[in-house]
Amino acid sequence: MTRKSRRLWLVVACMIGLGSAAALTLNAFSSNIVFFMAPSQVHSKPPPADRTIRLGGMVVAGSVHQEKVKDAPVAIFDVTDGQAAVTVRYEGILPDLFREGQSVVAVGTVNPDGTFRASEVLAKHDETYMPKEVAEELRRSGKWDPRFGKAPDAASWNTMTAADNAKKPATQTP
Amino acid sequence: MNPELGNFALALACCMAAGQAILPLIGASRRDARLMALAPALAVGQMIALITSFACLIHAAITNDFSVQNVAANSAVSKPLLYKITGVWGNHEGSVLLWAMILSICGGAVALFGRNLPSALQARVIAVLGGVAAGFELFCLTTSNPFARVWPAPMDGQGMNPLLQDPGLAFHPPILYTGYVGFAVPFAFAIAALIEGRVDAAWGRWVRPWAVAAWCFLTCGIAMGSWWSYYVLGWGGYWFWDPVENASLIPWLTGTALVHSAIVVEKREALKIWTVLLAIGTFSFSLSGTFLVRSGILNSVHAFANDPARGVFILGLLALVIGGSLLLFAIRAPQLTTGGLFAPVSREGLLVLNNILLCSICAVVLTGTMYPPFMSLLFGKTISVGKPFFDATTIPLAIPLMVFMGFGPMMPWKRAQMWPVLRRLWWAACVTGVALVAATFQMREILPVLATATAVWVICSSVADIAERLRLFRQPLGQSWQRARSLPRAVFGAALAHAGVGIVVLGIAGMSQAAHRIVEVHVGQSEMLAGDSWTLTDVKPAEGPNYTALVATIEVRHNGRLVTTLHPSKRTFASQHQTTTEVAIHTNLMADIYGVLGDKHGDDANPTYVLRLHYNPLAPWMWLGGLIMALGGALSLSDRRVRVGAPRRANTVDVVVVP
Repeated sequence: MTRKSRRLWLVVACMIGLGSAAALTLNAFSSNIVFFMAPSQVHSKPPPADRTIRLGGMVVAGSVHQEKVKDAPVAIFDVTDGQAAVTVRYEGILPDLFREGQSVVAVGTVNPDGTFRASEVLAKHDETYMPKEVAEELRRSGKWDPRFGKAPDAASWNTMTAADNAKKPATQTP
Repeated sequence: MNPELGNFALALACCMAAGQAILPLIGASRRDARLMALAPALAVGQMIALITSFACLIHAAITNDFSVQNVAANSAVSKPLLYKITGVWGNHEGSVLLWAMILSICGGAVALFGRNLPSALQARVIAVLGGVAAGFELFCLTTSNPFARVWPAPMDGQGMNPLLQDPGLAFHPPILYTGYVGFAVPFAFAIAALIEGRVDAAWGRWVRPWAVAAWCFLTCGIAMGSWWSYYVLGWGGYWFWDPVENASLIPWLTGTALVHSAIVVEKREALKIWTVLLAIGTFSFSLSGTFLVRSGILNSVHAFANDPARGVFILGLLALVIGGSLLLFAIRAPQLTTGGLFAPVSREGLLVLNNILLCSICAVVLTGTMYPPFMSLLFGKTISVGKPFFDATTIPLAIPLMVFMGFGPMMPWKRAQMWPVLRRLWWAACVTGVALVAATFQMREILPVLATATAVWVICSSVADIAERLRLFRQPLGQSWQRARSLPRAVFGAALAHAGVGIVVLGIAGMSQAAHRIVEVHVGQSEMLAGDSWTLTDVKPAEGPNYTALVATIEVRHNGRLVTTLHPSKRTFASQHQTTTEVAIHTNLMADIYGVLGDKHGDDANPTYVLRLHYNPLAPWMWLGGLIMALGGALSLSDRRVRVGAPRRANTVDVVVVP
């Protein structure tokens, strides 16, 4: 075994290793990336039924209720970004930090009827913390711009009307 | 008074670290014995100063000194003593101080245990550690001083995040940090070797124990972190592919590669440049791991310290350390001569394969972790990658890694024949075949089946390796015993660590078969899960030191026989308006029975409770296996060859001898 042929072996082995890693990554990226969507985006462009997405927004105050399907509790609540609301059905225990009127991220799929079937609901450690995606989406929808002070009281999100948004069309374009 | 003492000690440590970074380097290049002799003294001094500083902070927390802002923000009078102490590193400032203290202890350890190193090499290693320490201590002093005072002092503190009030947190961060920081020592050895322009077998032999020690701590730390999230977060999961978890997995993968490639340097003087690069890379990933956690670039469930201003300082520090070391590598690496030749089928060949596969997995995890933040930074798209992505990419790479792992320890160095190795592993292959068939009947999906088979293969081949070396059952037992006593402990350590990997993977494969149900029941109602009947018999309130709790009693029966009684609870912490879920777990080492109490529904007269019931087969094996891996590393560290008789260099170029 000469130095040259050893180097050739090493290069070939590295190529195979990294090549298969790259192939696996690209393959997994094409099918397993989870996009973040706001409720208004779900309404305007519903994703295919088998596609997992992350839905983020504020929980509409007073929308949370429970149902019982075959002994399993199902939590039902609406998530809004101020433009549109999506009804989320979640079979499981809501996280300790889940509150009405606060931000939430749900992972799951959109049903053909437009409701959202969540497999996971995330609320963050810190009760004052808002997920970056949710804050960004609220800014885009014109509900709140972080440059003009802190977020309005969470309880008022669902009471904001479309009229509020109509007053400031400049901020509606993303 | 005490916080000022702590602050002074921290500043003193920073000055000593700066001296430690500069003076020994000058001494080593001028061959000045006096300047080089300063290195161990300064390292030990810095260690003592930082331990003093850390003790002052703990003292302030225990004595409820709320004039210290850090204590006021993270502690409270009502908090139990254990959490007052552990709370010191449960926040940003304290954890950075802990980090710096561990780094100084590493420097002190090199000063105390590295006396048989050539003095110039030791001086340079300590100088590099001093440079990194000075950076971190300056960061601590300027942007996140744990001793900052607040005036007027509040009567009571704000208390700690209830999720962090857990015994697991007492040991998880210090052990994980020791693992992270421990890789600073191989890094310092790599930089010192680059400055000297010399890497040889002796260097490999010196650097390997430090890498193995850091690896043991990191393995333990990751296993404990996973265990913590399993029983604290109450989702029944053990690994969430969360950016913070990945930040600890990435240096673990490269660190594992480093531990293996250093063997090749030590035994065969090959792969030298690669090993130096791995040492630099591992510590760079450790540092970036801290950076990712501390700056909030990657938001995750661990988001207790989001402050971009600090991120800028850390980013500068990272650029300096990583960029500087890679620059030095680029300049000096071509001067390092390449070493011994080997055939593709040989021990070296398989160790190279191990490195390639580990680094491929590392690259995949790194891509999956960094892709979402880069996409949002560059294109404003918010995406995330989760478990499906990482499962689809890492498992196909891990399975060949495990298959080759079985052959590795059996292979002779330099040039090997496949046939004799295969002949010695025939029974391991048979057992693996049986496991494959059995797993195919038990499990439906392909990946858990393959994982089970390869895990069994790894465990059996480790046993076969030891049995072969002892000539077990081919010689009288007495002779085997004699052989066992003369066999180096490192061989047992390696076999134990490999078997540990197999046990972890068996645990993961078992967990893929976990069953769970979410039910809403009245008190007295029974539900079935995994052949057991679960009955909620009672729910009643209870008082804790700084919380009120609702405690449920669940009886689990198997065919009418009581298996266990679980007491999951929900705690409400008044001072933070926060509730936490306390999971109840019963384990018999083959499976975990895991119960969580959820919300209460209905009126008080006829309430129903949501329960989450899990049956997790082989779950404890994951953490047990991690512990066995770390034990294997510790066993190989206790090897006589590591402790004494560390070889002198072949032709020593040292002129100076420390008096």
